[in-house]
Amino acid sequence: MSEGFSPSNYLRPGLRFPFCPGCGLYVLSDTFLRAVYELGYSDFRKFCFVSGIGCSSWIPSPYYLADSVHTLHGRSIPVATSIKLLRPDLHVVVFGGDGDIVGIGMGHFIHAARRNTDILVIMGNNMIYGMTGGQVAPTTPLKVRTTTTPYGSFEHPLDAARLAAVAGANYSARWTTAHSKELKECFKKALQMDGFRFVEVVSQCPTAYGRRAGFKDIGEMLKWFRENAILVAEAEKMGEEELENKIVVGEFVQRKRLTLMESVYAVLKEAAQKDA
Amino acid sequence: MLNYQTILMGVKMEGKLGTRAFLQGSEACVEAALIAGCRFFAGYPISPANEIAEHMAVRLPRVGGIFLQMEDELASIGAVVGAGWCGVKAMTATSGPGFSLMQETIGWAFMTETPCVVVDVQRVGPGTGQATKCAQGDVMQARWGTHGDYMAISLCPNSVQEIFELTIRAFNLAEKYRTPVTLLTDETTVHLREHLVIPPLESIEIVNRKKPKAGEQMFFGLESVAPMPSIGEGFNVAVTGSTHDERGVRFTADPIVHRRVIEAINNKIRKNVDDIVEVESYNIEDCRVGIVAYGITSRAIYEAVEEAEKRRVKVGYVRLKTLWPFPEKPVQKLAENAEKIIVPEMNLGQIVNEVKRVAGCSAEVVPLNKIGGGELITPEEILGKILEG
Repeated sequence: MSEGFSPSNYLRPGLRFPFCPGCGLYVLSDTFLRAVYELGYSDFRKFCFVSGIGCSSWIPSPYYLADSVHTLHGRSIPVATSIKLLRPDLHVVVFGGDGDIVGIGMGHFIHAARRNTDILVIMGNNMIYGMTGGQVAPTTPLKVRTTTTPYGSFEHPLDAARLAAVAGANYSARWTTAHSKELKECFKKALQMDGFRFVEVVSQCPTAYGRRAGFKDIGEMLKWFRENAILVAEAEKMGEEELENKIVVGEFVQRKRLTLMESVYAVLKEAAQKDA
Repeated sequence: MLNYQTILMGVKMEGKLGTRAFLQGSEACVEAALIAGCRFFAGYPISPANEIAEHMAVRLPRVGGIFLQMEDELASIGAVVGAGWCGVKAMTATSGPGFSLMQETIGWAFMTETPCVVVDVQRVGPGTGQATKCAQGDVMQARWGTHGDYMAISLCPNSVQEIFELTIRAFNLAEKYRTPVTLLTDETTVHLREHLVIPPLESIEIVNRKKPKAGEQMFFGLESVAPMPSIGEGFNVAVTGSTHDERGVRFTADPIVHRRVIEAINNKIRKNVDDIVEVESYNIEDCRVGIVAYGITSRAIYEAVEEAEKRRVKVGYVRLKTLWPFPEKPVQKLAENAEKIIVPEMNLGQIVNEVKRVAGCSAEVVPLNKIGGGELITPEEILGKILEG
């Protein structure tokens, strides 16, 4: 499917991704670009990228040869909201990390899902604050040692993909960087839908997470992803204890709820008729 | 589905507005914003700024604009800046606590050079303070609310007529200099109901941002104010709040690039202070006592001056319609002639320190402060200070 694909068609010339060797974000970005290519887009003219602060947020900004808005920590979703409403003809895609999207940006995330805002949010979940040096995140598994949980994390991690589904998203899915084939199809599907779409990509951070959590190398982290991944349907049959430390992958919801754009433009139409 | 073009082009205002109206300050603010070309508003409920959002919710869809009530002030100002990058004039309205929450994103707007208008309807603070009562405590927040080096523009109306005029001016300055502009008003001015003369629409000056020509690539950090592309126009614009070069490419550690962009975005305001500053002044060349006042408090100075003149005291004043950048020249002129300058404020002393800085040793600067309960400073209190000593 990817014959003729060249990432350089989508990347700003003269720049190179700054990510650490072995970072999962290389796979995440490459998979996304392949999905875009396979949908027939030879460039990003029909796209606008919005991101926050953190490693994942650096994927589009300024590396993608596209309009990109690099916002503040946690604030990508509200910025993407107005952009989509004012430019409904564009795919508005948010890139962010777990800290950005469901840590500091949590309020916006839930409300965008509730409104069914017509944006695609791609969250690279490395289970850590990587850019700032490896502090515990809302997604860090229990008992994992980080720079701010030297005795092991004592909080439960968040299930972002399930939360998006419950809050009202049209689409929510989770895959890992060890599932690039499934992930690519997932991106393609999400890009062809309306409303709020959330794709969580569990991604290895060898520098700030793997090293401290006791993984010898990237291969071990990917092996962990593969061996602990459980499909949503299977997970539903399992108990809470059995699911501890598992990564539930697949689609959590897929539906056609009224979207924010449909509602807002219906209001505009109605208001315009009042004057007529 | 409607074409987005209908929003960008907007709809012509009704001709009936080219006359006299009897409006509340909040309504005048909304009508002025629409005349200035505002087609996007995002806000979060807060007293005493709610009427502005409520009028916007009614009026914006009628002219093809979008109104959103967001989940908080952070989202509201974020959506406003996003709209700016779609080529749409946008604003929000809030009060002290919400203004505080917006500060980080206002800094992002300074750094990304995004035109937008923030209306701050001041109330008593700090903290929750007195939510429905008038104050002037956000003066320094409007100047220094966000971190780093920047030049803020704040306009300060003292009547419904001036809310109308300065709202339009706020949009014009935001567009001209590609920067956030604060309309620093207060509970009482926004809730006043007064006669308003709306001039014929064709006589109102409307400024629109400079657009890049095809092939241009320098969109940031020019003293001459860089042209601003919109999303979806094919410019592949990279917008970032991180230190960036003229193309928008991020440089997270380079001192030279940082100095260059920050000096440019400061100089574009600093070198145009004379264009931005507006004051109303009276007798500043021939007075013994001077007054520097702004906003609702400045309404009390007229009667005080009249009463003082009856007592043969020569009084001059500078009324600040622009608060930031601070109108140094007229205040300096006042200080050269007056023996003392009275600075009435509904806070415990904010602009008074600017007046002291500018006056230096040439005049005694006397604060007159009142806070709490929304009680205004009266003409009698100002007169008392004029006649003192």
